[in-house]
Amino acid sequence: MAGRWSSGAPQAPADEVWNQAMGDDALIACPDCDLLQRLPALTAGASARCPRCGRELWRHRVDALDRSLALALAAAVLFVVANAVPMLGLSAVGHSAQTTVIGGAAHLWNNGEQPVAALVLTTAVLAPAAQIVFMLVIATAARRARPPAWVGVLLRYHPTARIWSMIEVMLLGVLVALIKIADYATVIPGLALYVLGVLVFLLAGMQASFDPREVWSRIEWASQRERSAQPAAALEGSR
Amino acid sequence: MSAAVSAIDLGLQSCEVCALPSRPAPGAERGRCPRCAAVLDFRKPASLQRTWAFLIAAAICYLPANLLPVLTTTTAGGTESDTILQGVVLLWSPTGWPLSLIVLVASIMIPSAKILALAYLLISVQRGATCNEPQRVQLYRTVRFIGRWSMVDVFVDTFTAALVQLQPLMAVEPAPGLLFFAAVVVLTMLAVESFDPRLIWDAGRTPEVAHA
Repeated sequence: MAGRWSSGAPQAPADEVWNQAMGDDALIACPDCDLLQRLPALTAGASARCPRCGRELWRHRVDALDRSLALALAAAVLFVVANAVPMLGLSAVGHSAQTTVIGGAAHLWNNGEQPVAALVLTTAVLAPAAQIVFMLVIATAARRARPPAWVGVLLRYHPTARIWSMIEVMLLGVLVALIKIADYATVIPGLALYVLGVLVFLLAGMQASFDPREVWSRIEWASQRERSAQPAAALEGSR
Repeated sequence: MSAAVSAIDLGLQSCEVCALPSRPAPGAERGRCPRCAAVLDFRKPASLQRTWAFLIAAAICYLPANLLPVLTTTTAGGTESDTILQGVVLLWSPTGWPLSLIVLVASIMIPSAKILALAYLLISVQRGATCNEPQRVQLYRTVRFIGRWSMVDVFVDTFTAALVQLQPLMAVEPAPGLLFFAAVVVLTMLAVESFDPRLIWDAGRTPEVAHA
């Protein structure tokens, strides 16, 4: 991902060395303040917060994989519809025009604003698509008792897709544009606008029902997979 | 509170991807997470420098973003260009003021508040401040949470330009300010992601128990 430039200290050639795990599944350091602590056993639906900074460390979701899969499937269908049909139409004195989500980005691209067009396409189409597809695959593959290590790769990039997925922001922007234009033309809200309105809630529900910690706790460890991939010597050594 | 121990005090690195705490090889500053294979550091590498770099770039783009027009409207009567602030004023009417307020908050107040808040966080960390840590972390979380909403104006302008194509009566096209405005949004988001909130607490740690 991001370039890893050091602040001048000599770079230890440690990139390939596996860290040693502590063997305590409940041990966690708060991502916001680094406080080392043990997560309590939580009943379904309960959550644990960091006592020092208040960050929510874990919420024990009920039925996480089923719910996120169901919501991701519904979101996938709505996402396709939202991008296939017009979102806004306009008519004034015998003229009419309409646009889809991608059409908005395409118009910017054709009018010399390629970087902004790429940003709109990323935040309104590509990142939401990645967010939904990743969730579909994760929620399907993580059903195995020991999910394969590549599920971890998707889990790793899922938060990035989520940060840049801005359907709810776009929807607000479209509503402002709609009312702005309504001053001098008749605006016709398209089907996609309503579909996007529902999609915002489905995506929020999909994220809220997902429990990455539960998947991580069962996933195949990268260090073990590498060891088992190395033949004979490593295996002999471990016996 | 004094008994609170940070993972770094015990020489543990916490994985940003899968949250597993683990111990690097003796003397090593960097290792790999045994569970998810992510490269681990005690803190995000060069966090302060990278955050400053993105933040200064954002502050530089902030000026043209607000001074240059974001939309150009061509009608039979001539051509008119609007900056973001002019867009807010144009929207202001007895019925339209809530929208005007949304754009004002999302496009002008959030980006500037974000730049100021991040600058404050960076300076307080660099000066080794040991007060108000919970409030400063809360400020960071708030900035991270609301920052995305400043994209609203980019979408408003995108879809206004895409839709208002009533040639020869009226046409709206994007103008140069939009690029700078989008750059401010992206750069401040990258600045937020580069900042490591754990640094806020590091000044208060007892320095002699540094990691082995």
